[in-house]
Amino acid sequence: MQIFDLEAEGLRALNSTLHAQAEHTNQTVWEIVNPKGSHAIAVGLDAPIEVNVKGSTGYYCAGMNKQATINVHGSAGPGVAENMMSGTVVIDGDASQYAGATGHGGTLVIKGNASSRCGISMKGIDIVVHGNVGHMSAFMAQSGNLVVCGNAGDALGDSIYEARLFVRGSVKSLGADCIEKEMRPEHLKILADLLERGGCDAKPEEFKRYGSARQLYNFNIDNAY
Amino acid sequence: MTVKDTKSDGIPRTTPIQSATFSQSINAEIRRAAATGIYDIRGGGAKRKVPHFDDLLFLGASISRYPLEGYREKCETSVTLGGRNASCPIELDIPVTIAGMSFGALSGPAKEALGRGATLAGTSTTTGDGGMTQEERGHSNKLVYQYLPSRYGMNPDDLRKADAIEVVVGQGAKPGGGGMLLGQKISDRVAEMRNLPKGIDQRSACRHPDWTGPDDLEIKILELREITSWRVPIYIKVGGARPYFDTTLAVKAGADVVVLDGMQGGTAATQDVFIEHVGQPILACIREAVRALQDLGMHREVQLIVSGGIRTGADVAKCMALGADAVAIGTAALIALGDNDPRWEDEYQKLGTTAGAYDDWHEGRDPAGITTQDPELMARFDPVEGGRRLNNYLKVMTLEAQTIARACGKSHLHNLEPEDLCALTMEAAAMARIPLAGTDWYPGKPGTSY
Repeated sequence: MQIFDLEAEGLRALNSTLHAQAEHTNQTVWEIVNPKGSHAIAVGLDAPIEVNVKGSTGYYCAGMNKQATINVHGSAGPGVAENMMSGTVVIDGDASQYAGATGHGGTLVIKGNASSRCGISMKGIDIVVHGNVGHMSAFMAQSGNLVVCGNAGDALGDSIYEARLFVRGSVKSLGADCIEKEMRPEHLKILADLLERGGCDAKPEEFKRYGSARQLYNFNIDNAY
Repeated sequence: MTVKDTKSDGIPRTTPIQSATFSQSINAEIRRAAATGIYDIRGGGAKRKVPHFDDLLFLGASISRYPLEGYREKCETSVTLGGRNASCPIELDIPVTIAGMSFGALSGPAKEALGRGATLAGTSTTTGDGGMTQEERGHSNKLVYQYLPSRYGMNPDDLRKADAIEVVVGQGAKPGGGGMLLGQKISDRVAEMRNLPKGIDQRSACRHPDWTGPDDLEIKILELREITSWRVPIYIKVGGARPYFDTTLAVKAGADVVVLDGMQGGTAATQDVFIEHVGQPILACIREAVRALQDLGMHREVQLIVSGGIRTGADVAKCMALGADAVAIGTAALIALGDNDPRWEDEYQKLGTTAGAYDDWHEGRDPAGITTQDPELMARFDPVEGGRRLNNYLKVMTLEAQTIARACGKSHLHNLEPEDLCALTMEAAAMARIPLAGTDWYPGKPGTSY
């Protein structure tokens, strides 16, 4: 395992080093010490490596990740795993605003709570939150899955497109065009897989599904908010 | 029917007068709104007359200034963009670039033509709210990748293929507004690029999803730089609404280049009321943005690209004289490609409009095959010929700007200065902070001497 001291060597050196890991590198496991809330840690990675961040991170950790598995052994600041394409990001603690925003693929697991706008404009990413999510989560979510094992704040799924939202606890309110939907067997199967990948022991039957009423898909003044 | 000039009782009639307030176009819009209950959506830029570059004139050299010989003495046109932080700034032969226009709004061949024409002319093109297409990347020697609120098609691979990244915060046609690409233009390919079902309306958000202010923006730029190894310049594009403050904050957030788009700037589709009533003319914005750069000690260190209704080399030269480093053209480039060309007049008539006024680009029925995804209409457009025409047009603009600069005694377009200009109207004088023609005065200027 390679150990990288972020405080001593700096952000540019860290990302340059991680970007240099080729697909067939033999240095597959990295540990980053002294993150101390730094921004843009391990962004733009594109190799099947494992990165363990020993502490909490600032903004945009694991942004635009491809292939890599990034574990944050602490909490994450705003925009963790934003626009992720593939790979896995796991946050042991809580995540701040817009976790997984615009993510196209891969899996984001938040073992604590996520703040507002979790999964905003998600485009294919799967997000599993063990705790709660804040207001406006999954706003304009296009595709992918958001699993919330706790409660959701106001305006969940506002202006949602085709993403699936699964919530075990309460939903303070639903946003524009977001409705509760029938949980069919295929959804239970999808959810079971997501829960397993997310390391949750919750049962799929405990969740409700939410999605788009599709009333805003084509402009109609009668449906305008 | 002929209107007699007297009534039946022999009393002269008053001449019917169309109300300036309730003009025929206003009345038609009221009738349309009453019939549909929906506001008008269209493409293009503002059509109302606002103070513009035509309200400024150059003061050619005589005795007090010494001109350069046209066509013989060198007048440089090159510009470097983004040297503040990027290890690979953009070097352009001419200071006229192609503004961001999305694939989706435009056809693939149209994007290819923009790339071909711009490359021939030695300048850059810009993607748009739909991701990067192979047509444009493959034919653009220099390509600016727009980073938009929608993040449609955004991925790190394309980010690294770009020669610059333009973080779009606002657009001149609709500062504060998002996009509205209607379902008619959502083909299989457009839908796939945008991760949305085919045929449904696609709203582009009016604000970025993962940052909420200039402090966040600074960190977002850090992330983009780290992903691209600090190689390419970061532009920030703002709509011309509060140019002094927006420019100041963009520079403080770390922009290498500020792109300022005035209200005459085009759009693929948005509300007519937005296009005509939100934002400021670009003429009113340039000096404020330059003042912000000067106050920060960053003028020429952070480059300023201005756009919004730029049509001729005179417009280019005037932008340079007011302090810009480059300009961007969108609508003008589409016209150069063949949009709204009279050769399609019969078909424009069938669509209820006329060549030169067609703006329902969102309906996807563009007879010229440029702002459409209809395969039959797209096939009408030849990207090679379109590229040739755009190159010609860019060359003409550059030659015109050089001609004016030489007449003002300048060996580089960037040497033009406000002192080379006068204003024809009080409004233009005030906005451009240029003396009214024949005077040394402009509104708002303390003192009397210039």
